[in-house]
Amino acid sequence: MQTKSLASKPVRFLYSWFLFFIVWLAFTTSFQLPEVLTGLAVSLILAAISYETFTGWGFKGIKLRNMWWSMVYILNFIWLMVKANLNVARIVLTPSLPINPGIVEFETKLTNVYAKMVLANSITLTPGTFTVDVVDNKFYIHWLDVTVTDPHEVYKEIAEPFERILLKIFN
Amino acid sequence: MGLSLNIIDIIVLAIISVALILDFYRFVRGPLASDRVMAADTMTVTTASLLVFLGYLFDRYIYLDIALIYAVLGFIGVIVIARYLEGGV
Amino acid sequence: MEQVLTYLGYILIVIGAIFLFLGGLGIVRLPDIYSRLQAGTKASTLGAMSLILGVGFLNPAWLVKSLVIVIFIALSNPISSHALARGSYRHNIKPWSKEDIDAYRQYLKEEGQKEREEEAKQTENKD
Repeated sequence: MQTKSLASKPVRFLYSWFLFFIVWLAFTTSFQLPEVLTGLAVSLILAAISYETFTGWGFKGIKLRNMWWSMVYILNFIWLMVKANLNVARIVLTPSLPINPGIVEFETKLTNVYAKMVLANSITLTPGTFTVDVVDNKFYIHWLDVTVTDPHEVYKEIAEPFERILLKIFN
Repeated sequence: MGLSLNIIDIIVLAIISVALILDFYRFVRGPLASDRVMAADTMTVTTASLLVFLGYLFDRYIYLDIALIYAVLGFIGVIVIARYLEGGV
Repeated sequence: MEQVLTYLGYILIVIGAIFLFLGGLGIVRLPDIYSRLQAGTKASTLGAMSLILGVGFLNPAWLVKSLVIVIFIALSNPISSHALARGSYRHNIKPWSKEDIDAYRQYLKEEGQKEREEEAKQTENKD
């Protein structure tokens, strides 16, 4: 996390309150007054407990450009996920079970912790690969069908399609 | 109160049932605790989607809430057990 | 328009059910916990997401709620499978591997050595 862009405490508090309240509204999908008031109270308590670790940037992270690239990222991600799912379906349905599992590593170019989290979760959600651990810049990936073990090759194979867009959002 | 199912509904219900049986097979066989947890997690997700589909068939909105809460509880359970396996509880 | 949504919803539901089935098949057939986590939880995740979204299309009044469930599953499932995988690995469950490719074991070994050295230093200092 870049400490220079850290938002002030009240802003971060308001931001977490706002986000928790949005989540409450999404979960209840109800706009009756008692429920909304309860939601405000509950999210206030949650925000008071967790705002220091929950967010660093506050509202600064929300920009039109970021939203656009996030949309691109989500669509790209869905496409990759469907493709990988078909691949795993093919493996599971083949009687001989053509797999070669192993744990490989690569180094990411991302510096932001949130970006790393998004990358790790995306890799996990794409079948065939998932993140076992993240240590500083190193990702340890369990791969169902290992074709290359060299970290640079692995990076090109697994992380590049995601990182290309993530670098645009977070830098 | 009659429940009218068309052929696709029946096929979908049958496929989901088979999926649940397969998950349950792994849950019973193990052999490791984490295999069972994973099978239970898969069953949770499968059951949540079955609940949503049943909610559509019965036309009851409340089933969606139940599915959501079920998914949330399953998630928390898996996290707790994973922490326990790692030795951090 | 409604007709199109109905067809789309049913297509998504059938695809979802098939992927749920493939997930179940995957966790029965694959050899170890890590590979099963791959096929099992992830094929099931896509299946569940597709099926629930399909129900949302069939009944547009439910679309918001079903989207919430889909987003929740998409966010929570990678976290739980990652936690389970790491927990299993640190619980000394070795992955099944044909060619014995395991970069993580190397890392854990080095980390363990460092920790042991540090502990040794600390006990020396105490003496």
